[in-house]
Amino acid sequence: MSTPWLTLVGAAGAPVIPDFGGGGGGGPSCARRNGTFCWDWFRDNWSDVFAPALGQHVKLTLIAIAVGFPLSALLALLAHRRRRVETPITIVTGTLFTIPSLALFQLLVPITGLSVLTVEIALVSYTLLILFRNMLAGLRGVPDDVRDAARGMGLTDRQVLWRVEMPLALPAVIAGLRIATVTVISLATVGAFIVDQGLGGPIFRAIQSGVFKTELIAAGLLAIMLALVADGGLVLAQRVLTPWASSGRAR
Amino acid sequence: MKTFADAVRFLFDNLSLLGSKTVEHLELSFAAISLSLLLAIPLGIWLGHIHRGSLLAINLANVGRALPSLAIIAFGIALLGIGFVPTMIALILVAAPIMLTNAYVAVDGVDRDAVDAARGMGMTAREVLLRVELPLALPLTFAGIRTGAVYVIATATLAAVAGGGGLGEIIFNQASYGTPGVVAGAIAVAALALAAELAFATLQRAVTPKGLRGAVRDQRADGPPPFAELEPSNPGST
Repeated sequence: MSTPWLTLVGAAGAPVIPDFGGGGGGGPSCARRNGTFCWDWFRDNWSDVFAPALGQHVKLTLIAIAVGFPLSALLALLAHRRRRVETPITIVTGTLFTIPSLALFQLLVPITGLSVLTVEIALVSYTLLILFRNMLAGLRGVPDDVRDAARGMGLTDRQVLWRVEMPLALPAVIAGLRIATVTVISLATVGAFIVDQGLGGPIFRAIQSGVFKTELIAAGLLAIMLALVADGGLVLAQRVLTPWASSGRAR
Repeated sequence: MKTFADAVRFLFDNLSLLGSKTVEHLELSFAAISLSLLLAIPLGIWLGHIHRGSLLAINLANVGRALPSLAIIAFGIALLGIGFVPTMIALILVAAPIMLTNAYVAVDGVDRDAVDAARGMGMTAREVLLRVELPLALPLTFAGIRTGAVYVIATATLAAVAGGGGLGEIIFNQASYGTPGVVAGAIAVAALALAAELAFATLQRAVTPKGLRGAVRDQRADGPPPFAELEPSNPGST
């Protein structure tokens, strides 16, 4: 039923005929020699290989976060109201989090097939523990005095939540969002083993074609840069959204 | 559901294969974890003790976390080749940053009053380190070791693409083992990771000094730490 779209070096025991740079001897000579990094080949293949893979990777990540964030928020609000549910939620999300990505993808394949859905279900499940834990910690971290003061001013429970607790929880939430985002970017590369989407595709393909170094390094570097840029972007977002949080910790 | 039944049958029919792959998996993980410990823990403790290098120590974990493990393995293959040692080096890069950061934050965050009191009692710098700072830093340091170790065991699955062996080889080898084999491999990997997580959680409880239990209850793998990078001096972070 599941037939991953590739087999790997040594995996099937099939001899691999190296074909670096593609096209049976076409392409720049530095690619055919399989040098450490062939800039010409990278430039030639940017628009056909890397740009689409990068775009798919961003899309996979955004969908996972867009689904995981509200789901975690719901769980966190639930646990904030009713302490009893915290432990079960932590155990379930923690178990999901601990299962290695490659295994979780493969366990889902018999159910949802070799599809983007399989990859997204796994990616979303990895965001839950991180986001849930940070959101809950943020909500719980609001000092009781502040909450009392808000009630004393006549705010209803709903107003306390939206106008006091949530803004104060924001730094913790964004800290969680940072971890969740880089985690998803990292694991989405592995998802390429299930469907040829994202920057993992070129990585697996480069290994399959007999360790084509340029493609490996290019895709790996792009994945790393994407993670660092996303992380940096969220740091900036936090500075803008919660100016009060950064001033206090100039240590 | 039939696939899962077939997978379970595969598990029982191929116990010796799974056993030998598990041993390979653990050998690779053990080598990477040991070397990460040797590299990261002494350096983290030292930097924390002298309260220097916070920028390096804190950011190392953030950058380390941002590095996709498959990308690290891809680099390892491209630059070092295929096999046990290149894979092990890639796994060290996965584990060492989080271990170093936790050790640093743990020692750096030890209550200054406790250190002052120890000095006032006439302890030498060495005694302060060994008898005050290290015991107090132990739970958080161990939380980092636990996170790193579980992370290595999970990532070692990917090592199969780099010829590192282990249980990942079954998952990547659809051609030989078929779908039931792949799913069985996935079940084995998941079970191994969960077992490692539980084992390290138990170990962490065992090494935590009695007086500190409860204070650090919430530290589990991946570590995370609410507020991870926000408040390095807050135990329970990173």
